[in-house]
Amino acid sequence: MIEIFGIPMQALLGQLLIGLINGAFYAMLSLGLAVIFGLLNIINFTHGAQYMMGAFAAWLLLDRLGVGYWWSLAIAPVAVGAFGVVVERTMLARLYKLDHLYGLLLTFGLALVIQGLFQNEYGSSGLPYRLPSEFAGAFDLGFMMLPRYRAWVVVASVVVCAATWYVIERTKLGSYLRAATENPALVQSFGVNVPRMVTLTYGFGVGLAALAGVMAAPIYQVNPLMGANLIIVVFAVVVIGGMGSIAGSIVTGFGLGVIEGLTKVFYPEASNTVIFVIMVIVLLVKPAGLFGRER
Amino acid sequence: MVAPDPATPGPAALEPPAGGAPPAADPPSRAFAIATAAMVVALVAAPHVGVYPVFLMKALCFALFACAFNLLVGYVGLLSFGHAMFFGTAGYVSAYAAKVWGLSPELAILAGTVASTLLGLVSGVLAIRRQGIYFAMITLAIAQMMFFFYLQAPFTGGEDGIQSVPRGRLLGVVDLANPLAMYYVVLAIFVAGFLAIRRIIHSPFGQVLKAIRENEPRAVSLGYDADRYKLVAFVLSAALSGVAGATKAIVFQLASLTDVQWQMSGEVVLMTLLGGMGTIFGPVVGAFTIISLEHYLADRGQWVTVITGAIFVVCVLAFRRGIVGEIAAAWAKRGR
Repeated sequence: MIEIFGIPMQALLGQLLIGLINGAFYAMLSLGLAVIFGLLNIINFTHGAQYMMGAFAAWLLLDRLGVGYWWSLAIAPVAVGAFGVVVERTMLARLYKLDHLYGLLLTFGLALVIQGLFQNEYGSSGLPYRLPSEFAGAFDLGFMMLPRYRAWVVVASVVVCAATWYVIERTKLGSYLRAATENPALVQSFGVNVPRMVTLTYGFGVGLAALAGVMAAPIYQVNPLMGANLIIVVFAVVVIGGMGSIAGSIVTGFGLGVIEGLTKVFYPEASNTVIFVIMVIVLLVKPAGLFGRER
Repeated sequence: MVAPDPATPGPAALEPPAGGAPPAADPPSRAFAIATAAMVVALVAAPHVGVYPVFLMKALCFALFACAFNLLVGYVGLLSFGHAMFFGTAGYVSAYAAKVWGLSPELAILAGTVASTLLGLVSGVLAIRRQGIYFAMITLAIAQMMFFFYLQAPFTGGEDGIQSVPRGRLLGVVDLANPLAMYYVVLAIFVAGFLAIRRIIHSPFGQVLKAIRENEPRAVSLGYDADRYKLVAFVLSAALSGVAGATKAIVFQLASLTDVQWQMSGEVVLMTLLGGMGTIFGPVVGAFTIISLEHYLADRGQWVTVITGAIFVVCVLAFRRGIVGEIAAAWAKRGR
């Protein structure tokens, strides 16, 4: 058996894969946060709860209505995104003129309400989500077995992130979005309906979180608190990457997932804290974040 | 420590807050003295009119914690989302000092406070490098790192925490196993902390803090080293949060992960927001309200979380000045 630094190759690759999968979720969630922050200047604390809602939507669709994974991938993000639109219209829209911290406080409170309601209804233990049968089994790569579903998660999240990047950085719609991030009043004066764009952007970011939740459902247990702890790690990811760049948040998400996976191999005690330690180092060296701009 | 320069008064003409933080409602000295005296009398009498001392002690510890937090958010405008790390760290250190080292309660509380002060210094240096939302996220992340540290560190007892910490004898004389004696010690600590915060806010140093909150570039242009003022305020806030956490550990004879969790950081934000950010009595009112609420909803499962969250939402949408802030505003309107 091949060993690297005294660690069996298989263990190393296994953790690397787990890291890549965690990284896929970090990337999708931090991407959503970055898109929302860019236009709304709000850090969406509800993001973790909305990710959890996506997973629960998939679970409920399968358990109550017999709707399978593929439909859930489409229905859950739209449903949770629509919920996000309602939240934006009824609550967040009232806060844009105030200090941005009120947005953080509001979304924090909302996250507590959502998590509490789900805990009351479904308890705190995890509910299993059956893996779709298409994904049973694994690819034999010769040096390791790669479960099909995990391969799918990595590929799908790369595609989703790349598509989001393309839309924002390379299309006309994206150029409006970027312009509105820089100067909303000016874009409005050109006849673009900025408030509607803000609403839809929030809905999109929330939908992205829900999509990540659906994809997470077969891997992790569906649990009311699944987003609560994750979101804090994602905040650290966002601080490390800086929120100035869409590509930056994607790269940072995947990169930190992999680093976390490797830490599990070489120094397991630190695997929970490594991302926070990196955050501290980045703050000392480059306070604006790796890809960020001081604003 | 930045020595406030008495020759330089704080900038007199502060800009009105730009639709953001509500204006600080600070009662004039006489009103403050009367209100404080009334509060102390009520608290001294409370256990004699049937209020459960343990409940009061819990509320007082959280009230001091919220006051310490308010020093930072209300008067410097820095919203920390990781204050539980100071509260919990002091709790762990004082519980360990009292139980394993056998220190007397006053020394145990002092040890806890020193620990949280040092943690405040280190995390403050990091966190004040960014502002606003980033500051909140960074403090949250550092606190989460500390949470994982305490989860794994051998001396904290992991999920069990440090249990059956002896209350001991204060200064070797007063037996704190007596609930009433313990209560008056907690009350004394609270009042001392409360008055210290009032003193800080009304010192020239506090005026500079307010100037930084209102308009940092202007404060800097007047020659104030804003980062140093912010750091000192952060450390003071951490130290006072530590006093509260250490006292709570001695009172409840327990230090556990609950006190370092992010939910605890959120709770102190809520107490301050509900009572009124930037008001001197607000955090006290907020803490007593939330602790009572939790007391009555204790057996209602997660409804506490739901209601807590709902109060957050309502406060932010409709009630940003908080209870005391709204009362003060109504009072000012009436007197006009």
